[in-house]
Amino acid sequence: MKAISRVEGRAYPVGLKNIDTDVIIPAVWLKTISRAGLGKGAFESLRAVPGNVFDDPEYAGAPILIAGDNFGCGSSREHAAWAMADLGISAVIAPSFSDIFSGNAFKNGLLAIVLPQAAIDRLMEVARTDDIHIDLETQTVTTPFQDRFEFEIDPFRKHCLINGVDEIGLTLKSSDAISVYEAKLSADRPWLAPNPV
Amino acid sequence: MSTPQTLYEKIWNAHVVEQRDDGTCLIFIDRHLVHEVTSPQAFEGLRAAGRRVRRPDLTLAVPDHNLPTTARLDSNGQPIPIADPESAQQLEALERNAPEFGIDYINASDAKQGIVHVVGPEQGFSLPGTTIVCGDSHTACHGGLGALAFGIGTSEVEHVLATQTLQLTRSKSMEVRVEGELRAGVSAKDVVLHITGVLGAAGGSGHVIEYTGSVIRALSVEGRLTISNMAIEHGARAGLVAPDETTFAYIKGRPMAPSGANWDAAVAYWRTLATDPGATYDKVVSIDAADIAPSVTWGTSPEDVLPITGIVPDPSAFADPSKQEAARKSLDYMGLTPGTRMTDIEVQNIFIGSCTNSRIEDLRAAAEILKGRKKAANVKWAIVVPGSGLVKQQAEDEGLDQIFTDAGFEWREPGCSACLGMNPDKVPAGERCASTSNRNFVGRQGPGARTHLVSPAMAAAAAVAGKLTDVRAFAN
Ligand code: SF4
Repeated sequence: MKAISRVEGRAYPVGLKNIDTDVIIPAVWLKTISRAGLGKGAFESLRAVPGNVFDDPEYAGAPILIAGDNFGCGSSREHAAWAMADLGISAVIAPSFSDIFSGNAFKNGLLAIVLPQAAIDRLMEVARTDDIHIDLETQTVTTPFQDRFEFEIDPFRKHCLINGVDEIGLTLKSSDAISVYEAKLSADRPWLAPNPV
Repeated sequence: MSTPQTLYEKIWNAHVVEQRDDGTCLIFIDRHLVHEVTSPQAFEGLRAAGRRVRRPDLTLAVPDHNLPTTARLDSNGQPIPIADPESAQQLEALERNAPEFGIDYINASDAKQGIVHVVGPEQGFSLPGTTIVCGDSHTACHGGLGALAFGIGTSEVEHVLATQTLQLTRSKSMEVRVEGELRAGVSAKDVVLHITGVLGAAGGSGHVIEYTGSVIRALSVEGRLTISNMAIEHGARAGLVAPDETTFAYIKGRPMAPSGANWDAAVAYWRTLATDPGATYDKVVSIDAADIAPSVTWGTSPEDVLPITGIVPDPSAFADPSKQEAARKSLDYMGLTPGTRMTDIEVQNIFIGSCTNSRIEDLRAAAEILKGRKKAANVKWAIVVPGSGLVKQQAEDEGLDQIFTDAGFEWREPGCSACLGMNPDKVPAGERCASTSNRNFVGRQGPGARTHLVSPAMAAAAAVAGKLTDVRAFAN
């Protein structure tokens, strides 16, 4: 995972609630065996609407997206996070996220920042004209107008994001503990071993 | 005396390999289902890092999402190549990756092939009290057997393949209690649509839901799988139904399930899993069965649920301004006008299938309505897609395929089909579909497709009427 500690720039003021994974990346784009190149299909149905923020030169290359409640609901497709990253987005700010999406975002070094609706409303306003600044170290979102919003983040996730930790590598350090657990499992619940198909 | 525990706590506690100071746990995964769409990048990652699959014996691979549902073998019994090159490439990747990493693979023309969430329970691979993951959000389905099952992304698929564990934090718990007796014409699908309407699409966020109450107890395993399947549609991480005699009877004798002495030991363990009296949930929601009617969705979020007797809502009637905006967009996409009776909405397509409603019971319920009837002339496309080859066989043994084809339906090969627009089965733009699947998102069934989620019996009734209709008028 690439390390990330700061994101600064324009933000797409999307604001909608329940932006689902089919909106972020429609299923037809999932027929790939690679992680790259999905930005082309990102937010396809929103981009079909004339005057949408994604195709507005004002926001070209914006690294932040602001949305409403329950962002990323729906499917488990990690393609949603890949597509956003491919589009150049490094952080999403919303009042809430689906559990699976925030996990997928985290695994790809995409910040999923939770702020209350009042803060979102204010940031939507600022985003139309000015940059937004996110600092993971201090856990703050700030604007050129002295707005300052603090956000919560799981300390472990924060550590992994800032240091770009390889989570599998980290878990593999616990291989012995896993082996101990497996041995106990075969003793306690031997019926768990499936018969082969 | 030990503190009373919920079913969720018991399963969680039994799977903790390690706990970190901040509460994050390394959780052991008992079962991992793999399909062609969310796995290629995970296997690629393993190869790049020179890692192997830790427990191939706990992993089962089967293709389902982008397989065409037309004939798979030609007249000489040879596999028919997939026309779409990208789909073919994904399928080939799984066909290559499974043996390379030592994983059991059910191939596309095997009678056991089907939708992962139908195959797992059917093969006895999915068991009560286990942790089950799959790179698909409807993995919660297996919770109908009393398994802690949830969808994961591709990085997590890779993590499970490499370590057979996941780093997780405990969710909150919620009880959704459905008491009373279901009214005539009301099925498990109507129950879960109703629950989704009550809780909202994010109502279960951060929670694992246990479905309890007399209605759930009285349901078959198939019905419980249908309910748990849609836990994700009300935002829950997973759904659970406590295993009981109905569950044990369903599992007994399935090919991959425990047998002999192992069977008795397993059942003895499963009997200890039910939530203890006095255990508490973080949240409790009670639902009266008498309030549940045959249900249907009107918008583009699964929370947009109405009884079939309802009328299309006026967006300005919603209290929440962002919901007003969302409802306006939904109605625009759906081509609906506030005040229209749901029963006046014409449909051109009917889809009976998906991991929510493609088991034998679902097909029987639809066939019951269609027996001796025909689809209306304005219904251009009506398909039945059994959840697995074995469901298909059984339905054929019962003569259901004949009822469907006589009624003007196409009888297909198993797969995800029109549940999601990534294989050839798509609903044309601007047309409506009465669908037994689980999501009515914009573009879910194909670009511009308009989805109304319903039960199998309601889909069958809609086919006959040519519009959404109240199945209660169709009692055979
Ligand atoms: S049937 Fe639909 S929801 Fe179920 S696994 Fe397939 S695509 Fe996912």
